Amino acid sequence: MVHRPVRIVAGLAALVLAVAACSSSATTAPTAAPVTAAPVTAAPVTAAPATAAPVTAAPVTAAPATAAPAAMNATMIPKQINNPYFDVAYKGAQKAATDLGGTVTQVGPSAADATQQVPFIQTATTQGASAIIISADDATAVAPALQAAMGAGIKVVGYDSSPAVGAYNVFVNQADTAGIGKGLVQMACDLAPSCTGEIAVLSASQTATNQNAWIAAMQETMKDPKYKGLVWDGVVYGNDDPQVSTQQAQALLQAHPNLKVIVAPTTVGIVAAAQVVKQAGKTGKVFVTGLGTPKGMAEYVKGGQAPEFALWNVTDLGYLAYAVAQDLVNGTITGKEGETFTVKGLNNDQPYTIGKDSVVILGPPFVFNKDNIDKYVAEFGF
Amino acid sequence: MAVDVRAGQARGGVVGQVLGTIGRSRELTLVALMIVLALAVTTQAPQFLSESNLTQVTTLAAIIAIASVGEALVIITKNVDLSVESMVGLVAFVVADILRQHMLPMPAAWVAGALIGLALGMVNGTIIGFFRVPSIVATLGTLSIFRGLVFFIAGGKQMDLADLPPGYSDPASQTVLGIPMFVIVGFVVVVIVATVMRYTRFGRRTYAVGSNVEAATILGVRSRLHVFAALSICGLLAGVAGVLWGMEFGTIYATSASGISLQIIAGAVVGGVSIAGGTGTVVGAALGALFLALVNNALLVLLLPQELLQAVYGLVILVAVSADAVIQRRQQRRATREYSL
Amino acid sequence: MSAQGLPGAAPTIDQDGPATSRIGVGRRLAGLMRWEVLLLGILVALILVGTSLSKVFLSGANFANLTSAIGEVAIMALPMTLIIITGEIDLSVESMAGLAGAVLGWLWAAGVPLQIGIPMVLCVGIMGGLLNGLLVSRAALPSLVVTLGTLALFRGLANVVLGPRAISDFPSWFTGFGFGNVPGTSIPWTLAVFAVLAIVFVAVTHRTWLGRWVFATGKNKDASRYSGIRVDRVKLVLFAISGLIAALAGVLLAARFSSARADNGTGLTLTVVTIVVLGGVDINGGKGTIIGVILAAAVLAVLQSALRLSGISSEYQGVAVGLLLIVSVIAPQIARQTRTLLVRAAMGRHSPAGPNAPGEVVGR
Repeated sequence: MVHRPVRIVAGLAALVLAVAACSSSATTAPTAAPVTAAPVTAAPVTAAPATAAPVTAAPVTAAPATAAPAAMNATMIPKQINNPYFDVAYKGAQKAATDLGGTVTQVGPSAADATQQVPFIQTATTQGASAIIISADDATAVAPALQAAMGAGIKVVGYDSSPAVGAYNVFVNQADTAGIGKGLVQMACDLAPSCTGEIAVLSASQTATNQNAWIAAMQETMKDPKYKGLVWDGVVYGNDDPQVSTQQAQALLQAHPNLKVIVAPTTVGIVAAAQVVKQAGKTGKVFVTGLGTPKGMAEYVKGGQAPEFALWNVTDLGYLAYAVAQDLVNGTITGKEGETFTVKGLNNDQPYTIGKDSVVILGPPFVFNKDNIDKYVAEFGF
Repeated sequence: MAVDVRAGQARGGVVGQVLGTIGRSRELTLVALMIVLALAVTTQAPQFLSESNLTQVTTLAAIIAIASVGEALVIITKNVDLSVESMVGLVAFVVADILRQHMLPMPAAWVAGALIGLALGMVNGTIIGFFRVPSIVATLGTLSIFRGLVFFIAGGKQMDLADLPPGYSDPASQTVLGIPMFVIVGFVVVVIVATVMRYTRFGRRTYAVGSNVEAATILGVRSRLHVFAALSICGLLAGVAGVLWGMEFGTIYATSASGISLQIIAGAVVGGVSIAGGTGTVVGAALGALFLALVNNALLVLLLPQELLQAVYGLVILVAVSADAVIQRRQQRRATREYSL
Repeated sequence: MSAQGLPGAAPTIDQDGPATSRIGVGRRLAGLMRWEVLLLGILVALILVGTSLSKVFLSGANFANLTSAIGEVAIMALPMTLIIITGEIDLSVESMAGLAGAVLGWLWAAGVPLQIGIPMVLCVGIMGGLLNGLLVSRAALPSLVVTLGTLALFRGLANVVLGPRAISDFPSWFTGFGFGNVPGTSIPWTLAVFAVLAIVFVAVTHRTWLGRWVFATGKNKDASRYSGIRVDRVKLVLFAISGLIAALAGVLLAARFSSARADNGTGLTLTVVTIVVLGGVDINGGKGTIIGVILAAAVLAVLQSALRLSGISSEYQGVAVGLLLIVSVIAPQIARQTRTLLVRAAMGRHSPAGPNAPGEVVGR
């Protein structure tokens, strides 16, 4: 028995060596392969004249631009799979793939965790996807992997939640941060009687990039004298977990007896808060608003706990992200500030303009209320 | 030595006796702690003891407490069930799905949920009781497998109140004589299981299996069967908790109830159910779950900085179990002394 | 192996006692059925399946991906193995990794260079481990309960230290260490660290008196104490090492994700325990090998990579691992029972039927 572990060590070592040896010979392959796909910047030739204008002469590479639209295969990596929000965005991307050509596959972790997103990026890179469309769970955690992907010639499009600047070609933002901040405060103002009273925020996790930016924008908006009647009670964190969100919402009601509005800029939190208000019998005294899904909130819009809330068109977000990815792969756009492009069926067929930090904004968010909620439950299906 | 004991008894008089009694019973200790906690917190946040706050906190705590009771049975047999959270999540989702598709009327769907829990528990019971796989290993496996089943069934769907029959979540806010419905359910569960454990041969033998399996086997106890039964009942109660979970939150995801196993086990352990098996009561487990829920709520209502919450909560668990160990050891020592007299 | 004299090393066939040890055939069969050999077989099979699934499976880039994805977890599995062999468990490792990352980020943001920050963070790991160890060995509390508490406590402290911030402006040499490979190879630095640690752990566990003490403690605490082994000291040291290694894993995580956040590493403990158990370490203590655990980590890494490459989503990866875990324990049991029957038939006598002990939780 004494020597058995030794034998196994030897075996294992041999195996590792074998794999490493295989790999050292193979290392050149994956890096070399995308080279042919990389110089898509040379493709402006095929670009539509209207949109080619801002593209400055791209470094012409000798390699032929073989990236035909049919070869487009995109990998979509949401923060979490089997999450209705991301599934609807994926449906939008699939619709775009059908309309515009190419394929898109969604892969990703089953729990929202940055540490789990990286392996999926790396796998897509190894497999030689033409584009990665990603909602970054942590802006910096995914950056090195995305930069490696870009280095291998893969186009990276962010959607929903941005990777760090420099780790994507274009970020498709659902709505601009300031706009969402203003919208949230305005809805709170609508709901609080004569725009006066205490408001509190139920957010996702303390480190959630989007939520933190929106909350900062809300505080900025609150400086407007228009909202001087609103009193800021602070922010609590429900970690996008129904149980924790519920406990936090319950405690908010107790700790601030004069609370008028709970603003929850997260789809999990807003439902939990509305359910708490309903169960506590505070309907009509405390209102809930924020960002939510139409189907999840329908009951509470009608029940009076959350008379209005907002969300952008998630289908369109996925559609636009795919369209942008394809334009990048085709070389129609490069992601430079000031470039414009049109996507048929979106933005009233008007051109989108790439802004600072290569960000494209989808458009203003929708506000849902009891007049339109049924229509959008049917349209979004989530 | 004899002097020690007498001095101890003489010192406090009536107060000493009362404190001694409380100290000896984990259940009374917890009740006393909860009263102290309530009084202390109320001076800072009077609304802590308000009816609306207590209603809300106990409703949520009742769900965890029911699962803790099942977990307590398993721990008493010197096993552990890490898969409860997946069973709760699976049952919550399936019951909602049954109702969404109008396959069963509401009460029948509730019963179906409990039975699904029982079936899952029996899977655990078979693997652990009859195939003798260590419970940590087995339930670590079924934790993922049951969760995978939810994902398979859910396939990206999410159950919202809009999908479900009207009145689905109403029991969560109903009260009888001012007592929340869920608390009554929890109370009934605790009374039934506690009675079985205390007054029946089955209960006593379950304790016997947990405290000394060899001795129990020699005395003719079918230990495998008791382990199987404990895990099955744990599944059943997880099923009940799952039915309530869906009603409480109204929205059910494929990941619902992720991560609550540790809360459930912590409830049982703080309630005095020893990980070493053979000791502890289900009443204690339920009170332990309630105690942790109250602590959590107190921290939130006191408006402590959000960053501090988890640290304080962890500290409370650590102090609770450490204090218990110290008390137990002192009692043991006292018992030994009394014997040696 | 050095645990000689202590029967068996894994949930293998040869733990059954007298009936087997007298029979040559049985012993040889036991040798063949050793858990590690089985794991090696599974590993090779998975590599073959993976290769047939995707042509990039055996590429250097994929090798780097699959090993770096599991690096920190595998590193934490090494001390966890020893702790489980002594009959204890440490559930707090994921939070210690998070706390270490948070403290490192906080120090860096406060202007402390990493060359000083990293050793300080490792000290934090040792201190956290000592806290666990003292409560387990001196206060004689069950480790499952203690580390359940410190699981929440350490994570809470990470929140206190860093709050909602994410520190991400680490220097490139540091992030390169987390993300890059050893120059000229496809071996990620994380794997290199793991390899070095693994060699040390194999040597210490299976070749030194310390390793023997660990096995003896897990096998029979009281007998060990009477024979002069300082059981409490062994446990204290192991928990301190576990804290140290968890802190190291936290530093590596922060490097690999170029980001220190209070929630780094959440949920990793279950994977760590899964690897250890899959590696054939008896959760009741006393038996197990580091080699088995290393192989189990490799199996898990290859399995995850194969499933990812074939586009199977991650919750089904969990199912695969869960099934592997249960089957891996049941299969040898069935094999053992069948063999016992055969042996009985051959011997023409009843082997002493042991009591049917239910699976035990780690005791004190």
